[in-house]
Amino acid sequence: MPLIDYIPAHTHIGFMKLRRFSFPLSAAISVFAVVLFATVGFNLGIDFRGGTLIEAQTSQGSADVGALREHLIDIEIGDVQIQEFGSPRDVLIRLGQVGENEQAQQNIVSEVKNALGPDYTIRRVESVGPSVSAELVRQSILAMILGAVAVLAYLWFRFEWQFAVGAIVTTVHDIFVTLMIYSLLGIDFDLTSIAAILTIMGYSLNDTVVVYDRIREMLRRYKKMPLPELLDTAVNATFSRTIIVSVTTFFATLALYFFGGEVLRGFSLAMTVGVVIGTYSTTFVAAPILIHLGLRSRTVEPKAEEPAKAGPEDVLSVEEAAEFIEAEEVVEGKSAPVPAATVPAKSAAKASGKGPKGGKRKR
Amino acid sequence: MLHFSRLKTAAILITVALGILFALPNVLPQSVLSHLPTWLASSRVTLGLDLQGGSHILLEVDGDALRKERAEQVRDEVRRVLRDQKIGYSNLAVRDTTISLRLRDPADMEKALAELRKLAAPVTNAVFGGSSGEMDLTVSSGSEGAITLQLTQAGLDARMRSAVDQSIEIIRRRIDQLGTVEPNIQRQGLNRILVQVPGLQDPQRLKALLGQTAKLSFRMVDQSMSPEQALEGRAPPESDLLYGQDGRPYLVEKQVRVSGEDLVDAQPGFDPQNREPIVSFRFNSNGARRFAATTQDAVGRPFAIVLDNQVISAPVIREPILGGSGQISGSFTVQQANDLAILLRAGALPAPLKVVEERTVGPSLGADSIEAGKVAAYVATGLVAVFMIAVYGLFGGFALVALAVHVTLMFALQSLLGATLTLPGIAGVVLTIGMAVDSNVVIFERIRDEAREGRAAISAIDKGFVNALGTILDANVTSLATAVILFLMGGSGPVRGFAVTYILGLLTTMFTAYTLTRLMIAWWVKWQRPAKLPI
Repeated sequence: MPLIDYIPAHTHIGFMKLRRFSFPLSAAISVFAVVLFATVGFNLGIDFRGGTLIEAQTSQGSADVGALREHLIDIEIGDVQIQEFGSPRDVLIRLGQVGENEQAQQNIVSEVKNALGPDYTIRRVESVGPSVSAELVRQSILAMILGAVAVLAYLWFRFEWQFAVGAIVTTVHDIFVTLMIYSLLGIDFDLTSIAAILTIMGYSLNDTVVVYDRIREMLRRYKKMPLPELLDTAVNATFSRTIIVSVTTFFATLALYFFGGEVLRGFSLAMTVGVVIGTYSTTFVAAPILIHLGLRSRTVEPKAEEPAKAGPEDVLSVEEAAEFIEAEEVVEGKSAPVPAATVPAKSAAKASGKGPKGGKRKR
Repeated sequence: MLHFSRLKTAAILITVALGILFALPNVLPQSVLSHLPTWLASSRVTLGLDLQGGSHILLEVDGDALRKERAEQVRDEVRRVLRDQKIGYSNLAVRDTTISLRLRDPADMEKALAELRKLAAPVTNAVFGGSSGEMDLTVSSGSEGAITLQLTQAGLDARMRSAVDQSIEIIRRRIDQLGTVEPNIQRQGLNRILVQVPGLQDPQRLKALLGQTAKLSFRMVDQSMSPEQALEGRAPPESDLLYGQDGRPYLVEKQVRVSGEDLVDAQPGFDPQNREPIVSFRFNSNGARRFAATTQDAVGRPFAIVLDNQVISAPVIREPILGGSGQISGSFTVQQANDLAILLRAGALPAPLKVVEERTVGPSLGADSIEAGKVAAYVATGLVAVFMIAVYGLFGGFALVALAVHVTLMFALQSLLGATLTLPGIAGVVLTIGMAVDSNVVIFERIRDEAREGRAAISAIDKGFVNALGTILDANVTSLATAVILFLMGGSGPVRGFAVTYILGLLTTMFTAYTLTRLMIAWWVKWQRPAKLPI
């Protein structure tokens, strides 16, 4: 038996009613995010803006950022930012793009190296020229759009269009919130951030699809149940799974954030936020939005696709299960400890489209 | 769903065993590895440059320079052809990719066009190697004897392709000269070259080696006027005003007496008289003959050794040099002399290269990153393990075994495929540790649901697996879609490494969470015959 049973097995939370609060909240956050993008913008890293980034470590006890700054301003290499990076011994020096000339960019690296002197070892140099950064911007935007389109197409193919639209709205919402974190906290937005965004996209969709899968299944089984009630039942039924997976993924991103090193910190923070927001949006945006997209039970009917790939012959009936167990062993006179009645009824119900509890399910 | 044929069981177990076998060399010390057969010992994850330290440098062939050079070359050919045919012309000029001129006598038009059209060559097709039917040059006539020669895009592209190919070859030779490193050099797009060099201590030196065109020429110094006069007034049309390393101006004839292409060897050494570093060189027979002729004619006059339009030295010829070898002294440091010798041996680049992207990581940072990644992975695994067992008890334990196999398989696949593990890739591994249990959770929750609806334990388990399959597939395929796009768009850098681990992670979890867990539970069911679910 499990040691704890904190995750409530049978929740009956009226998630759909809560959309009165969650929708305006999500809308407000999204609008706020867009305003933020327009006003504050992003702290674009060198991948997208061009420029040079130098990570250096001093052999002395700690790096004197102030002295370094004066030192580097003296050699006139344009826009310089210096910050401590992770530990007091490490500094990160950011240099803006110097004109259009790639060669000039290269020269300043050696100038900085000379200016730092023998006490510092250069641990990392990243330098991106203007033509490459412009390309990376194009590619990244293309990647995000392609990602969204691919997923939309797949969901449309596997589900009905309402699900596809709902999933995309939810995902865009999650991406906006994650981007908002980047904008608010001024985290460096670079190629790794694009990886984070696409991963959050994948995670959020994964989460959403699990719930949608259940909704579709229930739509087939309980044709007459009012949609909000049906959605509530489905969300509640998958609620413990949603929570458990969020917690384990949250653990992973948290471990990365605290122990994964300085370079990954921005990435893991974004992922952590993304996991939390993905969980919220699955429950409070993805499911209830279906009500407003005009989903009805009958829209599900024409597509006779089964959710499970496995054919019915793969399902063991109780008798078969018992046989399976005893097949290779000596029967100890113990019959299969199962009341045989419940199972066949279910598969019959599935075939005819009428659940044992029908549409008049009461709670 | 709980029934496994013996064959299927064996297949699953063999997969797991192979996974462990091929992942194992990653954790074995070198002393053990040396005793293993190579096919197994080489099954190790390749670390990206951001983890093992090294330089990733993206070079771009300077298209403008290439175009300009080609246009000037055509102009010179036009001049030669018209002179040979004794056709009078004026206003021969180059503007971007267009060469224009005006015939003195428009009656020569037919003849001039026919001769100039001979300059055009068919463009070699990039893919099939055959002719694409396009010419690299079009010749057209205008009014009043005007003739325009236009370089075609197809011709320029073909030139760019061959320039990139040549450059790759030369870069490889140059880096090979540096010794121990094993570079990865590949073409990127039409005009770029990616150079990845692991574990180099001095990226600046590498870049200096790569960025230099290294066009060497031996030319006479023009003594018709002093460089200072040329600076003030106009240099003669037959000469260039060039500068030395110290900024001193020289007036040097345009005509190249001997070029670096005729060099067969170049070695660094020391001048026996003053112990200064020098580079000694040897010409091939053609070069030796021309060098001898030049030096015989010009005893007592200075000649200039020009590298990439910079005068390295301009010694006075004291006696004819007939042996075909000589030396360059130019107040070098030892390393400069070394590098110059490397450059001369490897040959000149067809066009200048510029560094458009550089990512260099020192080995100490790489090692720190690996260490940090390991700690994060252990912590994540520990947290997930405690949580899963707390929630699911025994089944949580099954999920953890599946998780362990998942991580093992990921490393095995990465080792076998030769995929590169980057820092974001480590993040991907840690992330999948959290997400890998997802499929298990979906299954376990389904089983709980079924049990709640009144099914008996075994039946509930069976039905749970059946119901969960569709969900798991849908959920993973959508994630896979985004991961594949990330892979395709990730270029060559670290992000692609992330995409690789993420994709492999999704694939292996589908196997471990669904198939392997099911097998474990089937065994357990057989053994325990549970009347009640333990979850």
